[in-house]
Amino acid sequence: MLNGISINYYILLSAVLFIIGAVGVMARRNSIIIFMCIELMLNAVNLMLVSFSTLHNDAKGQVFVFFIMAVAAAEVAVGLAILSMIYRNIKNIDTDLLSNLKN
Amino acid sequence: MLGYTITQWLFGILSFLAIMFGLMVVFSRNPVNSVLYLVMTFFCIAGHYLLLNAQFLAIVHIVVYAGAIMVLFLFVIMLMNLNEDTEPQRTWLSKIIAAVAGGLMLFVMVGSLKGAGDMGLQQYGNAQIGFVKNLGAVLFKDFLFPFEIASVLLLAAMVGAIMIGKKEAGES
Repeated sequence: MLNGISINYYILLSAVLFIIGAVGVMARRNSIIIFMCIELMLNAVNLMLVSFSTLHNDAKGQVFVFFIMAVAAAEVAVGLAILSMIYRNIKNIDTDLLSNLKN
Repeated sequence: MLGYTITQWLFGILSFLAIMFGLMVVFSRNPVNSVLYLVMTFFCIAGHYLLLNAQFLAIVHIVVYAGAIMVLFLFVIMLMNLNEDTEPQRTWLSKIIAAVAGGLMLFVMVGSLKGAGDMGLQQYGNAQIGFVKNLGAVLFKDFLFPFEIASVLLLAAMVGAIMIGKKEAGES
């Protein structure tokens, strides 16, 4: 129990948020929405790390969250640059149209 | 109130809002609305961090995610002029398949949680690990090398983003 709330509820909440992100990645075709759903999945994992860090009273979990934030920022910067490059070339960011490597 | 403490009420409300806004991110047709709902989800998660005694992390989360990353998303969406009319839609069959796959994944996760039982660890007295002083001590003592690597990663990402985004020499 932490703050009168069992850790199981935090695990459940993180799992639900992660699944919402995963379903978004599978169900949408807009590349930017897919990126946002990946952010949502990363945040679900962050919430899990912080809750276990509080449970065990160990600051290392929170430091890990900082590193995940740094990596997420780098990922978003490069990913959005690639997306704007794709948009400049084919005037669309529909993932189904990005099949140049198929043939 | 109804046998629950104020912390439990806050947890319930924040969880409900986070899940609702997360669903709205996936279901809303306009990408700008998706971004705004994702910002609301991040605020709810920051509230969870405050409940978990991770105060500094809550502030950093709002500044980095809501303040920097989502503004970047918003800028790119406005540059591409995306709205409901240009939004590509998947067929109903693939949407249903995605929902079923997600439901099965949730079933596996919740099922494994059910077997775990309640973890009976108690929170110890010190509730100050989320303060800047303690986090800084851990970050610069135990994680100094990963910290430096993260700075190199951010530099590389910055250079990479500029190199990808810039126009080629012969391009119109």
